[in-house]
Amino acid sequence: MSTLHTVLTIILIAPLIGSIIAGLFGRQIGRTGAHSVTIAGVAISTVLSAWVFWLFIIQGHEPYNAPLYTWMVSDGIKFQVGYLVDSLSATMMLVVTFVSLMVHIYTIGYMDHDADYPHDNPYYQRFFSYISLFTFSMLALVLANNFMQLFFGWEAVGLVSYLLIGFYMKRESAIQANLKAFLVNRVGDFGFVLGIAVIVLYFGTVDYAEFFAGLEQHRNDTIDFGWGPVSMITAATLLLFVGAMGKSAQMPLHVWLPESMEGPTPISALIHAATMVTAGIFMVARFSPAYELSEVALSVVLLVGAITAFMMGLLGLVQNDIKRVVAYSTLSQLGYMTAALGVSAYAAGMFHVITHAFFKALLFLAAGSVIIAMHHDQDIRNMGGLKKYMPITYWTMLIGALALIGFPGFSGFFSKDSIIMATAESEQFGAGFAHLLLVAGVFVTALYTFRMFFIVFHGPESEYVRTHEIHESPKVVTIPLILLSIPAVLVGWPLIEGVLSGNYFADSIRVLPEHDVLREIYEHDYHGAFNMVLHGLMSVPVWLSFAGVATAWFLYLKRPDLPAKIQQACMPCYRVLVAGYGFDRFNEIVFVNGSRRLGEFFWKVIDQTFIDGWLVNGSANMVATAARNWRQMQTGYLYHYAFAMIFGLLILLLWAVWAIK
Amino acid sequence: MSFEQLVFYAFAAIAAFAGLMVITVRNPVKAALWLVLAFVSTAAVWILAEAEFLGLVLILVYVGAVLVLFLFVVMMLDINLAEMKEGFTRYLPIGVLVSLVVFGLIYMVVGPEHFGLEQFKPTEHGPDYSNTKEIAVPLYTQHAYAFVLAAVLLLVGIVAAIALTLRRRPPSEALYQDIDAQVRVRAEDRLTMVKIPAEVEPDLPENKEEEEGAK
Amino acid sequence: MIALSDYLVFGAVLFMISMAGIFLNRKNLVLILMCVELLLLAVNTNLVAFSHYLNDVQGQIFVFFILTVAAAEAAIGLAILVLVFRHRRQINVDDLDELKG
Repeated sequence: MSTLHTVLTIILIAPLIGSIIAGLFGRQIGRTGAHSVTIAGVAISTVLSAWVFWLFIIQGHEPYNAPLYTWMVSDGIKFQVGYLVDSLSATMMLVVTFVSLMVHIYTIGYMDHDADYPHDNPYYQRFFSYISLFTFSMLALVLANNFMQLFFGWEAVGLVSYLLIGFYMKRESAIQANLKAFLVNRVGDFGFVLGIAVIVLYFGTVDYAEFFAGLEQHRNDTIDFGWGPVSMITAATLLLFVGAMGKSAQMPLHVWLPESMEGPTPISALIHAATMVTAGIFMVARFSPAYELSEVALSVVLLVGAITAFMMGLLGLVQNDIKRVVAYSTLSQLGYMTAALGVSAYAAGMFHVITHAFFKALLFLAAGSVIIAMHHDQDIRNMGGLKKYMPITYWTMLIGALALIGFPGFSGFFSKDSIIMATAESEQFGAGFAHLLLVAGVFVTALYTFRMFFIVFHGPESEYVRTHEIHESPKVVTIPLILLSIPAVLVGWPLIEGVLSGNYFADSIRVLPEHDVLREIYEHDYHGAFNMVLHGLMSVPVWLSFAGVATAWFLYLKRPDLPAKIQQACMPCYRVLVAGYGFDRFNEIVFVNGSRRLGEFFWKVIDQTFIDGWLVNGSANMVATAARNWRQMQTGYLYHYAFAMIFGLLILLLWAVWAIK
Repeated sequence: MSFEQLVFYAFAAIAAFAGLMVITVRNPVKAALWLVLAFVSTAAVWILAEAEFLGLVLILVYVGAVLVLFLFVVMMLDINLAEMKEGFTRYLPIGVLVSLVVFGLIYMVVGPEHFGLEQFKPTEHGPDYSNTKEIAVPLYTQHAYAFVLAAVLLLVGIVAAIALTLRRRPPSEALYQDIDAQVRVRAEDRLTMVKIPAEVEPDLPENKEEEEGAK
Repeated sequence: MIALSDYLVFGAVLFMISMAGIFLNRKNLVLILMCVELLLLAVNTNLVAFSHYLNDVQGQIFVFFILTVAAAEAAIGLAILVLVFRHRRQINVDDLDELKG
């Protein structure tokens, strides 16, 4: 076993070991033991991931694809556990482990005190066990070299997400939210499994490499669903994308993500902003060779992404819960990434995943810091003027916000700008429409981000802030903020050139030459990162984001009475936004009540009446009734039996007479 | 009508009449006796059909054993005759009707139309023909196994009949001898030697004299 | 010459009589048993007749075994009858309905 192999195994296993120790022996090792062991595990992974990153990205190591062991072989299909490390997974690994490490450290401060649990309840240890387990699952997903392991990781992160959304298990809303997340993800996973099934059916393998190798041979295969032949590649990629829609919360499967904010804030940062929700993007990028072969799938991906990006951004405008604002911003940003995938700018999508991971984790953790200061009150209307009480949180959040709105020079600017440019360049069906939505989305992003920012930190001090003692969060909270704000600013600079030229992900993402919009941008419009920033200052998206900030400033600082008037004037729109376009209501009426009715129908009519009443008890009753009636025939009198025999003889004779004739 | 036919019809008529009497007489003992007559005359009919062995067996075994057994049983039972004949007249019409219909149907099947002399001729046998030998050969060769089974069946029948009717008495009421105990008996078990001093009659004069003489 | 049908009709007559006997003496167990004997006799007559007219001795062997079985049956039937009488002091078929469903 090579050194690299051992290192990868350690990276994968270390968080798992930490999780098991903290989870099973939490009471014995205590709080300090639990967080030490899990942080140690994740720290080891982070350091080694950094080494792997250095090896693959800086040194340009060949992609490494090797099995760890074969789990089973069935019908010629090998089910293995293995590693596929290339630029894509090496980058993802570093992002995942780094953000995870930050969140681990931050959690020490955030979870220190919890009113929901008695002090002797090992909720603290359990929490650490969960997030380490999440890290392990995510690494398994990222490192996978086959569909089975991918699916394992996919489901495992879903499970941990479920456990963590419902971490405050005594709140009913948390339980509803985790159930909702789980069920909505099942819908997506159903498509995902079907996609894998199609691939297994046609390619006879679950291995990525063999799948990619077989693409050329199977590219013209068709599949018949009963309404005529459909391209097999299109079917498979669309089904896989349904899974991505669930996990990456694209419309209409996005409904679980805002509610997942019921979980503790570190989790919102780690799982529901930085890493897990990007699994869908990662998956599509991983299978770029397949998506490239289907124009239909790409267009669907593009439109779903663009619509999500714009419409979810609008919802952020009317939210009053600080975490929900950030959550809707996450949805919107995920839409951007998906749209990037749709125009074959996989690298730009992944680039946005990376930058987003840092600045969104930063935003969430900063929001969490505010929540800690507000004693776990999340309503922004109760905040205001927090700037002077929490300087570190203020500045780090400002960095996060600027990165989010794509302020030139910040990481978000590079990734988002390349996505928008890519949609402008693309000739994909729907690209023009998507471009419009994305550009409009920039304005909306800036507006809701700075609405929240101004209300929380600048506006007049609320009753609550005046009457309570507000102070900056402890160091375990602020240090991760500071550490995260560094990549949130800088990570765009070194990566942008590699992303646009296609060199960065050259060994993992394959784009057809006619689709390669990033390359076109690189060749015609790109003249270095610094020039891009200068150029950005004069481009439409950046001005729109400035306009958004200015609008937010005007509406919420200069004329705080205006928003209410606008709201009055545009009541129907406001209602639609507050109701989240009615997705929840629709789901409740159609799916929840529908399935409840259906269940009731099956229960009462099919099961109770038909199966139980007619088949099970019915047959028994029929036998009993028949027996009750027929036993009257058994009189027990000898001569009745004799008569029966004579009667039978009579019939036999009649037959004989008839037969002779 | 040949002599053979005459004999056949005579015995057949007797048998049928006896059968009728069996089912109509009030007294079961008489019914059993009429049954004997029916069996004997049927045996004669069988002998006419050159089944001499079976005809004799019917008389010896059936009449001699089975029907006598019937007779014994009927005589042993104390039967209320009036009750037994209850409903006789009530069921007479339907019984006769059903029987006649069945007979009519059987007649239509096996009557002279299908089984007359045109279709079936009786086999002629020479004077050295032995029905017993004819039966014995296949019985002891081809059907030896069934024959042994029949013997076992009869044995089982005997054992079952005895086991069913055996009345067990408690040992204290047992009416049988314990031969063992009788043989094992010894004189001392039954006979006890007791020494008894001779009684002296005090007032006899001869005795007094002897006593005095001894002194 | 006696025709085969004569024997068969004779058997049918015996059969009819014994059947009527079962109808008429439905209360008397002993008579029912007697009628069954008569019934068997009728059937045996048929077998003997066929054996004679087909020149096949197997029919008589059949009769031989039927007689054996009938004898055993009669013995056991009478034993049961005696037992019934011992228990109930009568043999009225109307009272023998333990097997009533």
